[in-house]
Amino acid sequence: MSTSSGTNTGTSTDKVQKAETKLDQPLGQRNKATGGGKAKRVKQRLTSRWATFAAIVIAVIWTIPTFGLLVSSIRTPDEIRTTGWWNIFVSPSFTLENYAEVLTVSGASSANLGQYFVNSLVIAIPAALFPIALATMAAYAFAWIKFKGSGALFVLVFALQIVPLQMALVPLLQIFSGVLGISGTFPAVWIAHTIFGLPLCIFLLHNFISEIPGEVVEAARVDGANHTQIFFRIIIPLSLPALASIGIFQFLWVWNDLLVALVFSGGTADVAPLTQRLAELVGNFGRNTERLPAAAFISLIIPLIVFFSLQRYFVRGLLAGSTKG
Amino acid sequence: MADFLSDFAEKFGLMFLGLAAFAAVVGILLFLADRAPKRGRDVLQLLIFLLPAGILLTVGLIYPAVNTTVLSFFNRNSQEFVGFDNFVWMFTQPQIQITLLNTLVWVALVPTLSTIFGLAYAVFIDKSKGEKVLKSLVFMPMAISFVGAGIIWRFMYEYRAEGFSEQIGVLNQIIVWVGGEPQQFLQNSPWNTFFLIIVMVWIQTGFAMVLLSAAIKGVPVEIVEASRLDGANPWQTFWNVTVPGIRSTLVVVVTTISIATLKVFDIVRAMTGGNFDTSVVANEMYTQAFNRGEFGQGSALALVLFVMVLPIVVYNVRIMRKQKEIR
Repeated sequence: MSTSSGTNTGTSTDKVQKAETKLDQPLGQRNKATGGGKAKRVKQRLTSRWATFAAIVIAVIWTIPTFGLLVSSIRTPDEIRTTGWWNIFVSPSFTLENYAEVLTVSGASSANLGQYFVNSLVIAIPAALFPIALATMAAYAFAWIKFKGSGALFVLVFALQIVPLQMALVPLLQIFSGVLGISGTFPAVWIAHTIFGLPLCIFLLHNFISEIPGEVVEAARVDGANHTQIFFRIIIPLSLPALASIGIFQFLWVWNDLLVALVFSGGTADVAPLTQRLAELVGNFGRNTERLPAAAFISLIIPLIVFFSLQRYFVRGLLAGSTKG
Repeated sequence: MADFLSDFAEKFGLMFLGLAAFAAVVGILLFLADRAPKRGRDVLQLLIFLLPAGILLTVGLIYPAVNTTVLSFFNRNSQEFVGFDNFVWMFTQPQIQITLLNTLVWVALVPTLSTIFGLAYAVFIDKSKGEKVLKSLVFMPMAISFVGAGIIWRFMYEYRAEGFSEQIGVLNQIIVWVGGEPQQFLQNSPWNTFFLIIVMVWIQTGFAMVLLSAAIKGVPVEIVEASRLDGANPWQTFWNVTVPGIRSTLVVVVTTISIATLKVFDIVRAMTGGNFDTSVVANEMYTQAFNRGEFGQGSALALVLFVMVLPIVVYNVRIMRKQKEIR
């Protein structure tokens, strides 16, 4: 939190920054940690040694499942089937065989994940960009173009967030297969994700865009800029941090989604994403035991990279968007 | 390999085509808005900014939601009006009764347990060494897909009949080590539902922890200090100062996790497929509508889901609005 802004009356960049720090605050947090910092805060932990111990126990329990899967994925298929992953500490072994098998071997009975990985990317990139683009436009209109019924319309969009995905699946599928004839193609999945992402994206971006200082927009207007110019020259550059957070959230949401994919992708290796293939593989757990650890990890790689490298944006996006779906 | 590369090239080609087409449409619209004649420009610009999202939402969300509501009063292929038959079916069919009951168990347990674990953990690690690392360890499951989490836990719960082979699942191995009999965690009803719930708790605890941790840091130092000077022990300080201080965050955490829990689908799908009496409403809706072609019953279940989610969302929104005013 910036502490130096007390001296002047708050320039517009300050205000933008303020709006940005607001994004960092989790929902429902009323109190702000004002000044002072850690040094001033008193130690108030419960009997601290036991607390630390309990924390470490929880952390270990929470990590073991994922860690076990990672270890399993680098053991030989035979070992995965017959002994537990903890045996690696007794008889260490290492192989990338499973990864090679699930990624590259093609054929009817193989996992074929290379193709599905491509599908996931081809689905998630546009399905993150489309709703963000359309939502930014709509959010700008709600925030900075005055028109009759603006408030009511915005409340309607906001209210759409409470419609569970499940409410829209059957009719939307009928539209896709009956009217448009695109069921089971990439565009169908893109459009479905775009629609389901829009209400939340509009709402969040509106929160941000409406905080952009009025003077900046006004000044541009006085200079003769019209809405399109204001949109491109002021709104987009100033909202980039928000766009990044919400974009990352939407990307991960789509990447991790199973339901929309199941309904709209048609389920073939041509279109279906990783999650869907994983769900199929796990459906026959016995036959795929040795493939699943590597397969699951392939699907986790992208989210984990995002999580560890872009944690700040990740947390923001997640906190803002956790009610989605 | 060559197959893979051509497949790769083809799909990415399609993606760029899609992106280009989208950019072209939006670009042309915005260009038109830019060049519009002075008269009526404002209206045209407004429409161009608003209509793409508006049309998609109307066709893709508003109409379907209304349509689903209507379909829930029709028979399986939506041809014949059947009144409340689908709802009567739902509440009289033992299988669906279990499904509804399971959903209630989920929504009672997941938010409670996640919040308790998340809060305890947030308090324990507050201001400790390595707080950041400890936080990411518990928060990490949040980045993972529900399907991925399902697979991770399938291995935790994996069962091998006693005497035939070594256990490969951690939990059964521990049971064997302490001299117990290995369990089929995912098949023995009704306990299997609880083992599925654990997976969701594992995921959501990190979310609760991150929010509550931030809220705890927001409790004014002076009050905490004052309570200690008055002789309160850490436990009393926690209950009488910290908890009231983070109350609104607690409400948001609980309601948000409740909503996510009501809609849970992937975990059940990936771990049991809804068999062995573990189905929940969201999963049953999919099964009825898309596996069995019972669109009427599927729609009715979707409507029930909506009705269950509605009050929580409304409450959540009200709390959030209140907080905005305080800010």
